[in-house]
Amino acid sequence: MTLLSIRDLRTYFYTEDGVVRAVNGIDLNLEEGETLGIIGETGCGKTMLGLSILRLLSENTKVEGEVLYRGTDLIRLSKAEMRKIRGKEISMIFQNSLSSMNPVLTVGKQLAEPLEMHQHMKKQAAKQKVIEMLKAVKIPSPSDRAAEYPHEFSGGMRQRAMIAMGLACTPSLIIADEPTTGLDVTIQAQIIELIKEVLEHSGASMLLITHDLGVASELCNSIAVMYAGEIIEYAGIIELFKNPRHPYTRGFFGSLPNRGLKPMPGTCPSMINLPGGCKFHPRCPHASSRCEKEKPDMLKLGEKHYVRCFLYD
Amino acid sequence: MKSAKKLICQRLKKNKIAIVGLAMITFLLFLAVFAPWIVPHDPIEPNLGKRFLSPCKEYPMGTDDLGRCVLSRVIYGTRVSLQVSMSVVGIIAVIGVTLGLISGYFGGKLDELIMRFVDTVLAFPGIILAMAVAGALGPGLFNVMLALALVSWTGFARVVRSSVMAVKEKEFVESARALGCSDLYIMTRHILPNVITPVIVLATLDMGFIILAASSLSFLGLGAQPPIPDWGSMLNNGRVYMRTAPFLTIFPGIAITTAVMAFNFLGDGLRDAMDPRPQRELKK
Repeated sequence: MTLLSIRDLRTYFYTEDGVVRAVNGIDLNLEEGETLGIIGETGCGKTMLGLSILRLLSENTKVEGEVLYRGTDLIRLSKAEMRKIRGKEISMIFQNSLSSMNPVLTVGKQLAEPLEMHQHMKKQAAKQKVIEMLKAVKIPSPSDRAAEYPHEFSGGMRQRAMIAMGLACTPSLIIADEPTTGLDVTIQAQIIELIKEVLEHSGASMLLITHDLGVASELCNSIAVMYAGEIIEYAGIIELFKNPRHPYTRGFFGSLPNRGLKPMPGTCPSMINLPGGCKFHPRCPHASSRCEKEKPDMLKLGEKHYVRCFLYD
Repeated sequence: MKSAKKLICQRLKKNKIAIVGLAMITFLLFLAVFAPWIVPHDPIEPNLGKRFLSPCKEYPMGTDDLGRCVLSRVIYGTRVSLQVSMSVVGIIAVIGVTLGLISGYFGGKLDELIMRFVDTVLAFPGIILAMAVAGALGPGLFNVMLALALVSWTGFARVVRSSVMAVKEKEFVESARALGCSDLYIMTRHILPNVITPVIVLATLDMGFIILAASSLSFLGLGAQPPIPDWGSMLNNGRVYMRTAPFLTIFPGIAITTAVMAFNFLGDGLRDAMDPRPQRELKK
């Protein structure tokens, strides 16, 4: 069953320099229990996509399109209704666990917040639940740790606590924004294992936002490659790794150390002044005159493999 | 914050002047609370047979024009001063912090409105506006408190607003929002504890300022009315006899100075101790 269905989502910021088109018409489906990876370079709009789904963007943003969660359009919900979705139905795990926790509240208190808010638990019951939650994410001596402040935790522990917080109300969808960035490799592996376990246990779906192909390959069933606010390729995880079709995806894979460490020339275009036609054409080795003028549509290459490129037209 | 509290206490202990201030405040509080049991004489009952006695064994600070013990009146004056300053600081902290929170958190037109109102209040010289208000309301302790509260809440509003503007951009606010927290919840549970440090410092420093301002108003006859023993009105009362009985003004003057200094010492010490930058420790 489809849990989340995004239809032509567009997110614009109005700034002094002009309109920033961070998300440019994204269509995505996320099935129940599926883990979908959104990968792309820094500044391609991945994080904005995540924030747009939960409507966590500032006032100067405009979000258009539909985000259907179990059939309800989140974009059209009132603020109060949206608050009931956040943390309860859809939760978010942020990248930087130190700055994402309040430095003056104990970890235990922060973890209890969603419980008190959404499940109206009493303080004592919430405290008990928090200790269970910390135990579930393998934090040693959880009852002592709950009374500590975020800065007293190590990076890996804090990320565990963040995951516990995201899972507090057993949400159906977890949006994880670079959950392992900034952790060292062994801790990364532990966190990935933990996320795997937790997903299996709760049956929740996940939208994993990352630029780390290794992390994506460990966790995801399918992957959407994002470039300049658009999805340019979508495929199952094995299919994508075996058979990347879009020149950008190939370049992305080519830049991995074990595949030759060939960095792609150029950087992501400015979101204010996007190139016409195919947005990748200025960097594309196969670009033709058609790519400059026309915007390619999503082409179906096989079962669950879509690409936005004229090469396969 | 457990460890931060410890750190602040440690730093404060190292600061001798702050400790002196704290000791002085404790002493004043002790005097205020136990005044009825400490005072050697009745502070209000006139004793016309003993007018203008110089300081002696029985009357360590002498007696005033009605033969009342100056020491007893100074001790009772501690009560009045601390009562006034504590209530005023309490009121203005609540008003200022609330408005500052709202202003900083929501920003935009609401912020503009509140801040322009603050500017308007600030445009008047504080003590003169307080005089005008107290004058219009009529003399009396309560009216003085009201007048002082009306003119001195702006500091809190501005300090809190600027701190809130910095804190609300932090990621943990976004993460709280992602958990489904409402604006009110985020303001009170997440932002307020992060901006409370400057509020504590400002409150301590303001205590001294309010004592001074309340004494000034009383000196001008707007504050505590006779026979209530108040430092400001004692000064005013003794002014006439400055040449013949200087002790009538010297001792209440010392009391005011001591109280104001005590709060300033502690306030400065707290400000240094709560400063998150560790440079001050490196200097040693």
